[in-house]
Parts: sequence; C-alpha cells; structure tokens
Amino acid sequence: MAKSPEELYQERVKRILDACTGKVPDRVPIMGPYELFVYNYAGVTIKEAMNDYALARRACHKFVDDFQPDADFGPVLAYPARPMEFLGVKWFKWAGHGLGDNIMYQFIEGEYMKAEEYDEFIYDPSHFMATKWLPRSFKALEGFAGFPPMRLMMWFGWTGLLPMFANPEVQQALQNAIEAGKQLSEWFASLGQYTQEIKQKGFPLAYGALSWPPFDIIGDTLRGTRGIMADMIRRPDKLLKALEIATQLCIEYGSAAAGADLPLTWIWMHKGSEGFMSDEQYKTFYWPFLKRAIEGLVEKGCIVVIYCEGNDTPRLKYFVDVPKGKVVYHFATMDMAKAKEMLKGIAAISGNVPNRLLLTGTPDDVKAYCKWLIDTVGKDGGYIMDTSALLDEAKPENVKAMFEFTREYGVYR
Amino acid sequence: MTKEKLVDAIANMKDQEALQIARQMLEAGTDPRVLLEAGQEAMVIVGERYERKEYYLPELVVAGEMLKEIAEMVKPKLRGEALAETTPRGKVVIGTVEGDIHDIGKDIVAFMLEVNNYQVFNLGVDVPAAKFVEAIREHKPEIVGMSGFLTLAFDQMRLTVEAIKEAGLRDKVKIMIGGAPMDEDAAKYIGADAYGPDAAAAVKLANQWTGGN
Repeated sequence: MAKSPEELYQERVKRILDACTGKVPDRVPIMGPYELFVYNYAGVTIKEAMNDYALARRACHKFVDDFQPDADFGPVLAYPARPMEFLGVKWFKWAGHGLGDNIMYQFIEGEYMKAEEYDEFIYDPSHFMATKWLPRSFKALEGFAGFPPMRLMMWFGWTGLLPMFANPEVQQALQNAIEAGKQLSEWFASLGQYTQEIKQKGFPLAYGALSWPPFDIIGDTLRGTRGIMADMIRRPDKLLKALEIATQLCIEYGSAAAGADLPLTWIWMHKGSEGFMSDEQYKTFYWPFLKRAIEGLVEKGCIVVIYCEGNDTPRLKYFVDVPKGKVVYHFATMDMAKAKEMLKGIAAISGNVPNRLLLTGTPDDVKAYCKWLIDTVGKDGGYIMDTSALLDEAKPENVKAMFEFTREYGVYR
Repeated sequence: MTKEKLVDAIANMKDQEALQIARQMLEAGTDPRVLLEAGQEAMVIVGERYERKEYYLPELVVAGEMLKEIAEMVKPKLRGEALAETTPRGKVVIGTVEGDIHDIGKDIVAFMLEVNNYQVFNLGVDVPAAKFVEAIREHKPEIVGMSGFLTLAFDQMRLTVEAIKEAGLRDKVKIMIGGAPMDEDAAKYIGADAYGPDAAAAVKLANQWTGGN
C-alpha cells in the first residue's frame, strides 16, 4: 500500500535527523538550498519569481514534485522584488535592478560601517543600526539618521527625545517602514502558505532559521571584506569586541529554528575559508566566536548546518571541536575522505557535488561522483547528498541523475 | 638607513610606525621619491610572503592601505619629477565576466601581478565579451585574466573566449581563469589556457607565459 503524505513526511524528517545526529538512516538523504535552478527548470526567470510570489510557489512545487527532495527550501531565496524596490536597497543588485532578467542577485561590497565607528556599534548596536546602517542601506529609510537614542528615554529623557519624532524626515522614514512591513508580510504569508502546502504533500521545510558566522556578520554587512581584513591588523581589539556582540546576534538570529520539525539553523560561511586568512588569524578572529555561536544554538535546541562556501580543508582540525551529533558541515571544496575520517562520530557532512559538473558534465559523470561520495563519506551514515554551492545554472538531466542515483544507491542495508 | 626602516615597517605590518617614519623622513627633507621606492620594495616582500603563504588577505589589504597613505603624504611634496620608469614584464587585461560583480579575488590577482612588475589593465566587473576584445585590441596584452564566482561565468567565459577567437586575437593572448567554482576541467570547457587557484598561481602562470621562471 502506498504511504500517506503524513507517513512520508515523518519518514523524511527522521531520515534527515538520523543523518544529522550520527545515526544510520534508511538511506542517504538528499536536499539542498537551490536558487536559480528551481525557477529555470519550471521555465520561470528569477525576475518573475522575485516579483510574482504565486508563480515562485508554483515553480517550487514543480521542483518538489519532479525531484522529490527529502526537504525543501521553497521560495525563500527568491527575495521579494517589490519591497526591495520600494525600500531602494543600496547594497544589492538583482534582476531588473542592475542585472539581467535571469541573473542571480549579487551583493555590492562596501564599508557600511566605517573604521572609526566601531565604538558606536559596540556601545549600542541597535542605535548604530537605526541611525547609520539603515540609512546607508535603504533609500526610503534615510530619515532614520534622526532616530532618537532609545537608551536615553529613561526618567525625563523622553521629553527631549520624543520631539525627534516630529521631524518630517523621521516621520517619512517611519511611514516607509510601515509600508515596507506590509509588503514584506505578503511575502512571508506566501512562504508560510508554501510550507503548509508541501507539508500536506509529505515534504518538510529544510530550514528553521538562517544565520551568519560572527566574523561574517561584521565582515559582510558592516565593514566589507577589505575593511575587516585590515581591521585584524590595524584595530584588532575593537574587532574582537564587535565579534563578541556578533556572536550574540548570530545566536539570536539562528535560534528561531528551535522547535521546528527540522530544527536546522543554516549558517552561511564565507570569509573563514582557506586563502582569506592565516591559521593564527583564524583561531583568533574566526573560530572561537563561531564555536561559541554553535554551542549557543545547540543549547537552544537547534541543529547547526555550517555551509562552507570555499575550501575549508585546513580548518578541519577546528571543526572537530563541537557538540557531538548536533552539527552538519556542508563542504564546497574539501578533501572529503579526510573530512569523513576526522569528523566521524562528531558531526555529519553534506554537499560537494561540483556545480560545474552539474552544468558541463553528463549524467554518468554525476553518478560516478555521487557513487564516490556515498562510498567514501556516506559509509555508516552521517552524510547528506547536496551540491557544492547554491545551485543556479545546471542541466536538469544531471540534477535528476544526482537525485535518482542517491535514492537507488544510497540505501543502507 | 631610514629607507630600509620604512621598507621593514611596511613589510612587517607595523602601520603606525611606517607612517611615523615616513613623516619624519619628509620632515628631514628626504626626496619624496625615496618613500615611494620604499613602498614598492616593501610590496615585493609582501608579495613574496603571500606566495609563501606567510601572508594572506589582511596583509595584502593593509600593505595597500599603508602605501596609499604614504602616497597621499608624499603627493604635495612631489614637484613633478617622474619616478624611474621600469619596463613591465608583460601586459595583462583582467576582468570579471559579464553578469558577475564579484571583484575581490580578481583585484588580488591584479594587485599581485602589479607587484610582480606586470602592467595590469583592470576592466572591473560585469565586463561584456566585446569589452575584453576591445581592451585586447587597444592594449595588446600577452595575457588575459577572466574571473567569475557564479555558475553563469562558465558559459560567459566560454562566450568571451569565442568572441576573442572571432576577433582573430586568440593566438595573440594566453588566457587564464580563476574564481571559486573554477577548476582545470572548467578551463577546458571554456577554452582557456589555464586555471589558477589563487593569485600566486596567476603570477606563476604569467611568468611562464612571458618566458621566465
């Protein structure tokens, strides 16, 4: 008798949780955060997907129906164009807004916090974000530059501070925030609807929350790559203090996953990879804060997926030092055999099917690579099949080969 | 003596000290060109240490910042005397291909090539194939470097190589590619001459192609 969607749902949740927590599942699970591929496969451009939420949902449904992943991300990575246009996001280019209709959105690097502003950020991160980062990030929120410091409202402070809300520019920014909030609620409603719909079909949501390593919180969104690289040498003490704060932010961001059927917190790791910094710098500025963030998230009931986007082979010696059975390391470029050997019994592994292979290779090439991964890393559980990086351009027959082969060959007997 | 101290301070990442020495040198009436020479000498050391994996991005960025700060200090004192011109070892046209706006890796490669005495024409990001062709015609480089971070770069690089071929320029240049998703097989697919995993590899390739070690 065919299994009910409810049974399939539970089966998939268990399969992934078993793989994540060091048990041997019934077979190697397969899932991943895919971007452009999902929409292209359905004949939809990323511009259309970002503008038409219903269309984005339909495209994601088609992907789920045809590929049957063990968990799905849905349309969360097709960011909503309308509120972004309305807000005038300054650090982003997207389809129809600086990029062609079917090109994935990209981040514009910059110093959105200046070197001399560390103290301000450290003293009151919220006020810094309100009066500096928001105006620098969104055209429509520039008026927040005049937002009062809420910390001074106490006693009769409000008498002097509330008049700041009488400033027309602050009011306009507040009005814009309200409007953007309404627009964003529509997008979140669409995401919520999608989650319910796939659940009824038997598929769990692959993420509970998304977050960033403390170092990348400061490096990506505030100081920029060049900025934070220089700070390690020129102002290490301030950077270390800011990283303390970012560690708390990472946990706060990510702990929303706690309590979900799949309580996975995905942490997108960029700047810790080999080539960016020395071992000494890594163990001073990167790892200690990421480790504490992982521990904090685990304590709150999350399973942490560290999504490594570069070559992290030299970092394996640090990666072993995490709570057992609570962490998944996703690898893009990695000595996978070495990773398996070192992480066995400590953390699960996912990823590593080269995106290049999925674009330029053949189904047989893909199967051969997946076989090697299952034999090497999938041995005795602890492995989730996935691409090396977020999947954009790829041949559908190659992606199909990855899914079908994993379902057939990845069964544990 | 002080020039050596300045070279040493820059190369060893003592930023405050370097700026202080530079200031003292200028106040003592040192020829401003000596400071700039010191900067160049320090960069060569920084480049070597980067190639030996003693230095990483932080040191490259800080060395660049120090150089810029010293150059700004020196600028008002320069009275139009030109720096001694060195003949570049070769010319390189470099850019991130169309559709892709990632620039960090590409800029590091450009920086390292400059440190190694190449004249680099950095076309920036989101560079259409036609612009590569145009730059090759204009600058007549021996080497073309294409960078890409996104999957779209595979086909865009291939297209760019096609365009260079169609313009009849393919046999005039050696083409290297780089970027996170790239590898040797990608170079074959794209029709490039070589792939380099990092900036040190780019310098090595360039040196081979311009007939050195």
